[in-house]
Amino acid sequence: MRIELRDIRKYFGPVKANDGISLVLEGGRIYGLLGENGAGKSTLMKILSGYQPPDSGDILFDDQVQNFSSPKVALGKGVGMLYQDPLDVPPFTVNDNYLLGRDNRVVLDYKSAIQELQEMTSRFSFELDLQSNIEDLSLGERQQLELARLLVGGAQVLILDEPTTGISAEQKDVLFDSIRKLAFEEGKTVILVSHKLEEVQELCGEGMVLQKGKLVGKTELPCPNEKLVEMMFGQVPERGERTEFPLGQPVLGLVDLHVTTYRLSIRDVDLTLQQGEVFGLAGLEGSGQRILLQACAGLLHPDHGKILLSGQDVTGLQYHRMQDKGVGYAAAGRLEEGLIEGLTLAEHVELAKPKHRFFIDRSQLNTTTESKIDQFQIVGRPDSTADELSGGNQQRLLFALLREKLKLILLEHPTRGLDVRSSNWIWDQLYQRREDGTAILFMSADLDEIFERSDRIAVFSGGVMSRVLETKNTSVDEIGHLIGGQA
Amino acid sequence: MDSSPLVLTLASIILASTPLIIAVCGEILTERSGIVNLSLDGTMLMSAMTGFVVAFETDNVWLGFLGAMGVGAFFAFIVAFGSIRLRQSQFAIGFVLTLLGDDLSAFLGQNYTRIPGPVVQHYAIPILKDIPIIGPIFFNQNVIVYFAYILVFVTWFWLFRTQPGLRLRSAGDRPEAGFARGVGINFQRYLYTIIGGGLVGVAGASYSLNIKIGWAEGLTRGFGWIALAIVIFGGWSPIRGMFGALLFGATKALATYLQRTFPEVSVVAFNAIPWVLMILVLLLVGSDFTERVITVAPKSLRRPLQRFLKISPPQALGSTFVED
Repeated sequence: MRIELRDIRKYFGPVKANDGISLVLEGGRIYGLLGENGAGKSTLMKILSGYQPPDSGDILFDDQVQNFSSPKVALGKGVGMLYQDPLDVPPFTVNDNYLLGRDNRVVLDYKSAIQELQEMTSRFSFELDLQSNIEDLSLGERQQLELARLLVGGAQVLILDEPTTGISAEQKDVLFDSIRKLAFEEGKTVILVSHKLEEVQELCGEGMVLQKGKLVGKTELPCPNEKLVEMMFGQVPERGERTEFPLGQPVLGLVDLHVTTYRLSIRDVDLTLQQGEVFGLAGLEGSGQRILLQACAGLLHPDHGKILLSGQDVTGLQYHRMQDKGVGYAAAGRLEEGLIEGLTLAEHVELAKPKHRFFIDRSQLNTTTESKIDQFQIVGRPDSTADELSGGNQQRLLFALLREKLKLILLEHPTRGLDVRSSNWIWDQLYQRREDGTAILFMSADLDEIFERSDRIAVFSGGVMSRVLETKNTSVDEIGHLIGGQA
Repeated sequence: MDSSPLVLTLASIILASTPLIIAVCGEILTERSGIVNLSLDGTMLMSAMTGFVVAFETDNVWLGFLGAMGVGAFFAFIVAFGSIRLRQSQFAIGFVLTLLGDDLSAFLGQNYTRIPGPVVQHYAIPILKDIPIIGPIFFNQNVIVYFAYILVFVTWFWLFRTQPGLRLRSAGDRPEAGFARGVGINFQRYLYTIIGGGLVGVAGASYSLNIKIGWAEGLTRGFGWIALAIVIFGGWSPIRGMFGALLFGATKALATYLQRTFPEVSVVAFNAIPWVLMILVLLLVGSDFTERVITVAPKSLRRPLQRFLKISPPQALGSTFVED
């Protein structure tokens, strides 16, 4: 099927999310759609998949104008979109979720549902427990189910929105294999929306770059990364230079640490971090990195072992006491764990202060907030609420709320979902903190980030921490082995 | 044997629990679609009054039920319209309707208080009524009671075994996903709020036409809140909700019995028994102890057991959904 987008426009108030985009997509090809945060990728894909109508412009399939009034209609015409956060119903069983909206018969036909699902999953070698509830599946498995549902629903065009965020490397390989199969063997059109240039290069045959709502470039892939980055940003952004930083006194000491949670336990962790050191934790999601960070923050308590902060035993202290001792923690779920949806920026700043008074000094608070907004380049006003901010700005706010002069900063996925420029900016801020003797312990699913930013690296696999590696003496291969659980 | 005090007591517990079972099924349908109809207490009073007045004036109980159903559906419509269309707080609307229903029913029904009127006729089911013990308890009742049995099963089947049930639940659990698959989320919410309200109306009328026959100011006061509590207690499942309502009825009967046995203890103390029991059961069901018990169970039973015991509200309960 040949798809043509003609002069698509979509404005949200003064924001031109899509400002006259025209594209042609052929069957049997994999396209990469690239662009900075807010470049208009999501809007364009939502229009193509029937979630939003365009203000003007046409969608043509084989030269026939289409009018999508809803995602269901779009899927009926062959366009399916796989969201970063799969659009399924977590409390449902796999079968119920699959059958929802499938047809108009009143009584559910489980038999054929199971059959269809089994056929699909074996065709793409997905390994799924069809008896479980959606909420018990991993993100990768939920994605596979959505994919199966879209394909059975008749999708000829598949849109994948950041599909590799939060899934394991193994699941990613399975996903990429199925995408190739769909495009090259079955002639489907695949559009991959991604931040990760490596993935786009690996998978796609053609890259399309959006900038400020306009299509600014097209290129055959693979091509040099610099070329794509230049199209996305107009210029190659300065990558944060890794300078040698002289390390100081030990800040964090972990001695034979054991932490048990109901899902997973970590054992025998011994580690020392020095002032100014950046330490990266790699591993699949849920291998124990997060437990270690939470233990260091005082959010989880060890069964035995010791946590030392500048030589002082802080084992068993609660988070707010750890904060007073100079530990800062920025969780991955920005709106879930880090920020409070309905509160304004100013109110966040007030809450994050180490000392509270009963009455709030409004004018002083506004001044402090303004200066934080300035310093952290947050696009927002003191009276904007946290949920009004974009993802990148929420992350900036999270960093703005970390206290000054910390001994130790703990970070989960510090730049997840951010574009290259915002990531660099965040790391520049973090590097500046090293001047105060702050040590940084972070986890990330992005290996490039771990390599580029850390002085030393450790890998978690099934709750066991690997030996500590010097970044300059290790390789992606070695880390890959360790992530897979091979020593 | 068939008319032993125990059998008679059990039969009366079933009868007394009927309106609660009906109201609980109605509210479960509503809440599963994502809307909380908090007006139950007021709706029940209004429909109990309307049911009696209509039945009295027309001398037909079924027209009474029909009228009550209409009033229940109308109150529910106000909740749905206010929260979906006008985007106001459904809790505030429901609460105000509760207060309104209380006073309005007292005002409109003032000329009909404490007068005799038509009642639902007793109807024993042939053959079934002759089963020893079970017959006299379950099948020597009236049509409203039988309707409640069927309603529990139909509600359960509708929710968990049909395509319309999936659509309804998707509106309450993840409206975005339902919308993506062609479910009209707000249509579902209107529909099941109104149906649920209609059922609550039937429940109200089954007090004034069946259990506490006649009309008096505040006749059913409190029962709406009890139904709302049982919905939560029952984990939004009609089967468990039915058990909740029966448990409530049974403890009430127990309280009456104890009261007679220990006349020196204050009545108020016995009235608290059902609530204490409910809280204990809720605590027990959600505790580590139960989790451990489940792990001892044979593997094939574990998942069904966990599903049965799990209590989680519809995840989008009380939220508004805007279709793009």
